[in-house]
Amino acid sequence: MKIVACIKRVPSTEATAKLSPDGRGVDTANLAYMTSFYDEIAVEQAVLTKEASGGEVTVLTIGPAEASKEVRECIAKGADAGIIMTDPEWGSRDNLSTAKVLAAKLGELDAELCFMGRVATDRDSASVGPMVATLLGWSCVTDVVALSLEDGTAQRETEQGLETISFSLPAVITCDKGLNEPRYAGLKGIMAAKKKPLEEVAFEEVPSQISTASLALPAERSEGRIVGEGPDAVPALMEALRNEAQAL
Amino acid sequence: MAAFKQLDFLDLDDQYSEDELMVRDAVRAWVGERFMPVVAEHFEAGTFPMDLVQEIGELGVFGPTTPEEYGGAGLNSVCYGLICQELERGDSGLRSFVSVQGSLVMFPIQAFGSEEQKRHWLPKLASGEVIGCFGLTEPDFGSNPGGMTTAAKRDGDDWVLNGRKMWITNGTVSDLAIVWAQTEEGIRGFLVPTDLPGFSAPEQKHKFSLRASVTSELVLEDVRVPADAMLPEARGLRGPLSCLTQARYGIAWGALGAAHACIDEALSYAGDRIIFDKPLAGFQLAQKKLADMATDITLAQLYCIRLGRLKDEGRMTHFQVSMGKRNHVDMALCCSRVVRDMLGANGISLEYQVGRHMCNLESVITYEGTHDIHTLAIGEALTGVPAYR
Ligand SMILES: Cc1cc2nc3c(=O)[nH]c(=O)nc-3n(C[C@H](O)[C@H](O)[C@H](O)COP(=O)(O)OP(=O)(O)OC[C@H]3O[C@@H](n4cnc5c(N)ncnc54)[C@H](O)[C@@H]3O)c2cc1C
Repeated sequence: MKIVACIKRVPSTEATAKLSPDGRGVDTANLAYMTSFYDEIAVEQAVLTKEASGGEVTVLTIGPAEASKEVRECIAKGADAGIIMTDPEWGSRDNLSTAKVLAAKLGELDAELCFMGRVATDRDSASVGPMVATLLGWSCVTDVVALSLEDGTAQRETEQGLETISFSLPAVITCDKGLNEPRYAGLKGIMAAKKKPLEEVAFEEVPSQISTASLALPAERSEGRIVGEGPDAVPALMEALRNEAQAL
Repeated sequence: MAAFKQLDFLDLDDQYSEDELMVRDAVRAWVGERFMPVVAEHFEAGTFPMDLVQEIGELGVFGPTTPEEYGGAGLNSVCYGLICQELERGDSGLRSFVSVQGSLVMFPIQAFGSEEQKRHWLPKLASGEVIGCFGLTEPDFGSNPGGMTTAAKRDGDDWVLNGRKMWITNGTVSDLAIVWAQTEEGIRGFLVPTDLPGFSAPEQKHKFSLRASVTSELVLEDVRVPADAMLPEARGLRGPLSCLTQARYGIAWGALGAAHACIDEALSYAGDRIIFDKPLAGFQLAQKKLADMATDITLAQLYCIRLGRLKDEGRMTHFQVSMGKRNHVDMALCCSRVVRDMLGANGISLEYQVGRHMCNLESVITYEGTHDIHTLAIGEALTGVPAYR
């Protein structure tokens, strides 16, 4: 089975974001990057699937050539090949154009199963996975925390509780925390990854329909206030919640 | 604990290849997620986290430059340096464990061992299935190991070893000891399985430094090993000393890692700690300390990269290693003392890292050639006159 794990290179969650001078993006000078947290879970699930039932795992990303570090890291964790669809303007794509490009590539690769992260940690859109599935006419289960390909079931965590979904292949599965524990790239894996194929490919661009008008940093939060300690503080807390915060 | 952010004032990350950075980041992630949460506990208890040994083996940091055919990862020396930097950023005890296994046990087998010894031991040492130690120092011979009294005598085809070694990292937890001993033909190295009759390795307790590392005596009483336990190609002091060059190279990088941990902690603490109504970082005295440390660390980073590239080109001298080991350990120790002070009372708590590094570095400045001995090595390189005795 051809398995694809889609990943996105995102600014490190440790980095302090600064706005670019034009106010429409993030200042990328000296910005550290990483594979988006949930995408690592997607890669791990792809590798686990291959280990359990065979197949071949390709890591796919749309991004700059520099994403080779992130893609190689994923290969070092057990994937077989990597593809970077190079786009120097990757930071300003909209979700639909990204989904269309990925969907076309998944078709070309003859993929049957595609794992993605629940959401990318930079934009927080959580939409590319379902869009890709819709464009291809595939099943899609989002926010998956447990998966059995044998039974064709996936569990997703919702606010109401755990939902079990039956699905058939081909499918896009978006992966949530708890589905697995991503492994570390061992040093032998890193050396082996150097010998596995990593392609940089050009592609036919699908124009974005949405662009960012402006970005602003969140307003600074005002300092908290400790009203007291232990049970004695309850009346003061109730009073503050009722009158000050008007939360009750 | 906040995630580690490495100081990179000169954008030196540009100087590394993609795989070198991948290796560094893989080890950094492992240390941050698996080792940092338990290190203070082990330091306090005076134990090494033995339950992590298998994982460390899987990560691939035991003898990472060993060729793949012998179970290693076949990495270059710059990678090995970066690995040591990241491990010692965690704790000198962790880096010591890995230095001993790789540079002091796997290296001599690789460099001086027979093909059979290499095939038998190296893959097991690389995976962590076998733990090794390196017995050179004796109660009466430290900086001058040539005077050692541990002796190996021929008895038929066998060798019989007698003597005592002191301050041996991992002795008590080892399966294999490399023991250096006097013979009629000078100093030779022996591969001694630690379960042989007559071998014991009592732990040396009551250390205030390198507490998350096991240190032991080795006692050899008529320990009998077969002829093929001797390392065929190591003759004289040159054998053990060349191992030490490998380990010291790792320490030059490792000490830099400890210094990185200290300044990282200082920067985050100074930013958060409000004193006289403003952050500590906003006072000139604090900034002077930070600026001095950042400068020293940046120079050490440059030195390490150059040293690593020279080593990979086969041009590095042991004198250059001496300068790196000597200067970086001293620099890291100074940083740790300054940061210990900047953290006020918190600086003496194991909830912060700096006190641990400060105590550890007192061992690191002594082992693998004391600061003074490396001073003499540099002096010899400069003047051509050895002044050791
Ligand atoms: C935690 C720890 C782990 C260790 N692990 C190992 C191990 O795994 N294997 C191993 O074999 N050893 C190990 N050692 C031992 C270490 O290598 C020795 O302690 C070191 O070589 C110094 O020897 P010494 O302690 O006998 O000090 P000495 O040699 O007695 O030195 C005492 C002082 O004299 C100075 N001095 C010595 N010679 C001169 C000179 N010519 N001129 C001027 N000053 C001089 C020294 O610099 C030092 O200040 C370890 C030590 C420690 C603390």
